[in-house]
Order: sequence, then C-alpha cells, then structure tokens
Amino acid sequence: MSAHILEVSGLFVSYGRVEAVRGVSLSIPVGGIVTVIGANGAGKSTLMNAIMGVLPSRGEVLFQGRPLGRSLVEARVGEGVCLVPEKRELFAAMTVQDNLQLGAYRLGRSAVAGGMEEVFARFPRLKERRGQLAGTLSGGERQMLAMGRALMSRPRLLMLDEPSLGLAPLIVREIFRIVTDLRKDGVSILLVEQNARAALQVADEAYVMELGEITLHGPASQLAADSRVIESYLGLGARH
Amino acid sequence: MNATIALFLAQDGIINGAIYALLGVALVLVFAVTRVIFVPQGEFVAWGALTVAALEAGTVPGTAWLLAVLGLAAALLEVVRERHAMSVAKVAVMVVRDVALPFALLGLVIWAAPMRLGLAVYVLVTLVLLVPMGPLIYRLAFQPLADAPVLVLFIAAIGVHFSLLGLGLVFFGAEGFRNTPFLDMSFPLGPMMVKAQSVWIVVVTLLLLAALYAFFERTLLGKALRATAVNRLGARLVGIPVRATGRMAFALAAAIGAVSGILIGPLTTIYYDSGFLIGLKGFVAAIIAGLASYPLTALAALLVGMLESFSAFFASAFKEVIVFSLLIPVLVWRSFAAGHHDDEEEE
Ligand SMILES: Nc1ncnc2c1ncn2[C@@H]1O[C@H](COP(=O)(O)OP(=O)(O)OP(=O)(O)O)[C@@H](O)[C@H]1O
Ligand SMILES: [Mg+2]
Repeated sequence: MSAHILEVSGLFVSYGRVEAVRGVSLSIPVGGIVTVIGANGAGKSTLMNAIMGVLPSRGEVLFQGRPLGRSLVEARVGEGVCLVPEKRELFAAMTVQDNLQLGAYRLGRSAVAGGMEEVFARFPRLKERRGQLAGTLSGGERQMLAMGRALMSRPRLLMLDEPSLGLAPLIVREIFRIVTDLRKDGVSILLVEQNARAALQVADEAYVMELGEITLHGPASQLAADSRVIESYLGLGARH
Repeated sequence: MNATIALFLAQDGIINGAIYALLGVALVLVFAVTRVIFVPQGEFVAWGALTVAALEAGTVPGTAWLLAVLGLAAALLEVVRERHAMSVAKVAVMVVRDVALPFALLGLVIWAAPMRLGLAVYVLVTLVLLVPMGPLIYRLAFQPLADAPVLVLFIAAIGVHFSLLGLGLVFFGAEGFRNTPFLDMSFPLGPMMVKAQSVWIVVVTLLLLAALYAFFERTLLGKALRATAVNRLGARLVGIPVRATGRMAFALAAAIGAVSGILIGPLTTIYYDSGFLIGLKGFVAAIIAGLASYPLTALAALLVGMLESFSAFFASAFKEVIVFSLLIPVLVWRSFAAGHHDDEEEE
C-alpha cells in the first residue's frame, strides 16, 4: 500500500466555462495533516468538493492507491472519506441527536452509542442541546454539530472546510485539538482555513492555492517562514 | 336530514377519509424524498383491487406480466446507462433481482392461478406483484432525472400516469369489478348498521399510519429517508445512498396504494381508471397540509372524506366540484401565509 492516503494529480474542475481548479496535484500522507491556504475564491472549496465527488472533475484521484473514478459521494463515504463542507449541510428540521446518529449511517446502529458519547465528551454543549432542532442552533453550535456528525462516521480521511469559521477562541482551540488528536488515531486530514497561522501550526505539509492553481508547496513550518506566505496570508509585512 | 342519515354519511366520510389519508401520506413521503409528485399513485389503488379480482376469478392478472416487463426494461436501461461503472457482480445481482425473480413469480402465478388458493393468498400475491413496481418505475422514469426541476419531474409523472392507465386498460379491460369482502358481516351501532369491512379499513389505516410513524421516528433507515428529504446533499455526505432511499419511498408508496385498493375493492366497483380520482383526493389532502406534514395530511384527508360524503347527499352532482374547490381557499391562504414567512423557510 502506498504511503499516501490520497493522491490527486492534474485535477481540473469547472463551473460551466469557468475553470475554478486548474491542474492541481496534491497528496496527503497516511496519518498526516495537510493544509491548503489561499485567498477567497482561490478554489479551495471547489477542490474539496471534487475530491468528495460532489462536483465532477477531470484528472486522477487515488484513495488508498485506488482510483475513485466516477464513484458516487455515498460510495466514497463508505470507503472512509468524509467532508465537512463550507455550508455544513446539516439536517435542519431534525434534532441534534438525529443528526449525529445519521453521521454514523454507514457504520450502522451499533456504532451510534459509543460515537455519540465521544462527541458529547468533546462538545458538552451539544449534549445539552441534543433534543433541539439543528436549524435552531446558534452559528457556533452548528459548527460543532457539523464536526461531531463527521466524527461519528470514523473517517480515514477527513476534509475540513474552514472548521473554525465563526467560533469563539476557546472552541477554535478545541477544534484544533481534535485535529491533532485524530492524527494520533491514524486519521489523515485535509484542512482549509482562513486562519492560516493556526493551520500552518498544526499541519505537516502545506499548499498555497491562487486562482485555481497550486503555487507553493512544502513542509508547513517552511511555508510559515516563507516571505511570500507571510506577506499574503499571515498578515505581517502587508501592514507596514 | 336526520341523525341516522348524518351518522351514515359520517361513516362513509371516515372510510373515504382513511383511504385518502393513506394516499396523501404516501404522496407527501414520495415528494419529500424524491421531489416527485407521484401522479400514478392512483393506478396502484386500482391495480390492487383489480389484481385481487383477477386472482379471485382464477385468472393470471396482467400485473404479473407487467412486473416482468418492467424488471427487464429497468435492467436493460441501467446496463446501457451505466456501462462504464458496472461490475460483473452488479450485473449478476440485477439479472437475478430484476429479471429472473419477476419471471419466476410470473411462472408461479400462472401455475397457481387456477387453484384458487383463497383471499389471504390473493392479497399476498397482489402485494408481492405491486410493491416492486414502485422502485422499478422510479428507476425507469425518475432516477435518470434526479437533478431535474420539480416541474420536469411532474411532467414525467403525468407521462407515467397515462402509460400506466393505458396498460391498465389492456390488462384488466374496461369492465368494473367488486371483490369479496374480508369480513362479510355487519353489526348494529346505535341506529345504524356498520359493515365489518368498514371497521377493518379504519383499523388497518390506523395501524399503517402508526407503523409509518414508528418507522420514521425510531429506525435509522426511516431517519435516513427523512434526512434525504430535509437535505439531499447532507444525506449523501453522511453516506446515505439517496437513490436507494428514493426507491424505498416508491416501494412504500406502491405498498400503500395497493393496500388501499385491496381495502376498498369490496366496498365499491373499481375500474381500470378509478384510481386517479381517488388518488387526486389524497393529493388534495396533501396539498392542504402543504405537502409537508404527515399528521396534517391525515387530518385534511378526514376533512376531504367528510366533505365528500356530505356533499354527495346535499348536492350529489357537485360532489367532486365541492371537494376540489376546497383547494382554492387553502391555496389562497397558503400564499398569504408564505408571503410573511419567506425568509424563515429558507434552507
Ligand atoms: N456554483 C458555482 N458556480 C459558478 N462559479 C462558482 C461556483 N462555486 C464557486 N464558484 C467560483 O469558483 C471560484 C472558486 O470558489 P471556491 O468556493 O472554491 O473558493 P474558495 O477558495 O473556497 O474561497 P473561500 O475562501 O471564499 O471559501 C470562485 O471564483 C467562485 O466564484
Ligand atoms: Mg471556500
């Protein structure tokens, strides 16, 4: 088996005539954390949606060495790929508990109880709100639920699209702690974050994406020290 | 009108209401999961009654042939459509499930039909023949359009309705049938006689509604169906196979339609085209409830049933007009209500 859980090469994704992802290649080592940073509209979410199979794409995506081809989203979930999308896509008219249960759909009922305990231990807030409809949760609670629902499926590759968006600092820290914890369990992670500094801190490797293309790639610590990254994404220098 | 007549009409209304409730709930279910307004629902009602009638007469019902043909068509179409993503195992499963099984069933029915095995067997055979037709129709007509707008799906549903109507005429002829009741007796209740068949209908309806409720609230599969209805993309992202849930919804709708037909078969004469009007009244109930709420649909169905039976007494020529006119104030009220809640109902 290859040392990479995911290998993307020459990936193109277009919306009609507009190409939002152009020839992207990227790989994620087993148990590694990889982050993609880039300005708004660079194509980060598009890239993740294509890997998940939500959007059609051209190019090759290998998961655990095997091509995903044109397989359906639900089949990819079955293989252990999981995406927390930018818009979360919770089941608004259903309770927190039902949302979490459904997160474990591919594992079946037996996985529900244990998974739910774990999620509640990480997010006590969700335990308090478990009978509430997901659509009535606060913005932050919704983020926690999205993360919790993803954890319920015990993914092998977890893709997080801006998981800390709109969260209070304490919870942001919890999210990043989960990310590092998951690595210990052998879960590989693809992370997209506006908070590039935090992302580069937890990640092993990083890619910089501009206008649909990868422009820089290297160990996260190296990129965090790169003058171009510092200027464009870490908010120093740019201010003078 | 005296109290006896009123009671009699109410009895009629409740029975009709029960059937409309079942059909209305099935329509809401199918719409929620697949966004298809299942116009051919009524055909399943008619076929439920007529398949039992054919078996009672010791003949092979045309629906047994139809199932075999539909299975073959669905299998062929899928092989052609998905040739790039087909494994040998998948094709084998399809050949067994969609071709071999229906033809085996057809053979069994041809062999057993002259034996007249009794009502319980007829009911069972009818369900076994009709329920799989729901998912087959979904695969043939709607699955390829899964991402199409509601209007396109609706037009497809109308197309399916007319094709099934034509097939019904071919299979069952233009003649009407009235089936043997399950329980052929009556008992006095106050001043009137109640047919046991009527009580039977109400009991079966209540049991079915309760079972559906338990299915949606308590089981993971039921919740997966609801989740597909609430957020299709979200459902796919947790690994719910949304095509399979679509088929499941159609199977439930076919089952509900067939059961309704079997239930009313002994109470009224059913023709190949009787289903549409019955289904339409279930649809009225579903619309009153906004195509969204199951309990509201059941209540509205009761209202439709009552209104129908009382207007049949007071103005029998206008009975259908009155029932369908009920939609106008409801739609007006709904459009006003929607105007105020626009931003809340997004998502
Ligand atoms: N459904 C769509 N139809 C047309 N264009 C789209 C669609 N979705 C995204 N785009 C365009 O594709 C480009 C990439 O979008 P994408 O959402 O991937 O960016 P992003 O890197 O995730 O940005 P952000 O940091 O703001 O989330 C943008 O220019 C966007 O306008
Ligand atoms: Mg994005």
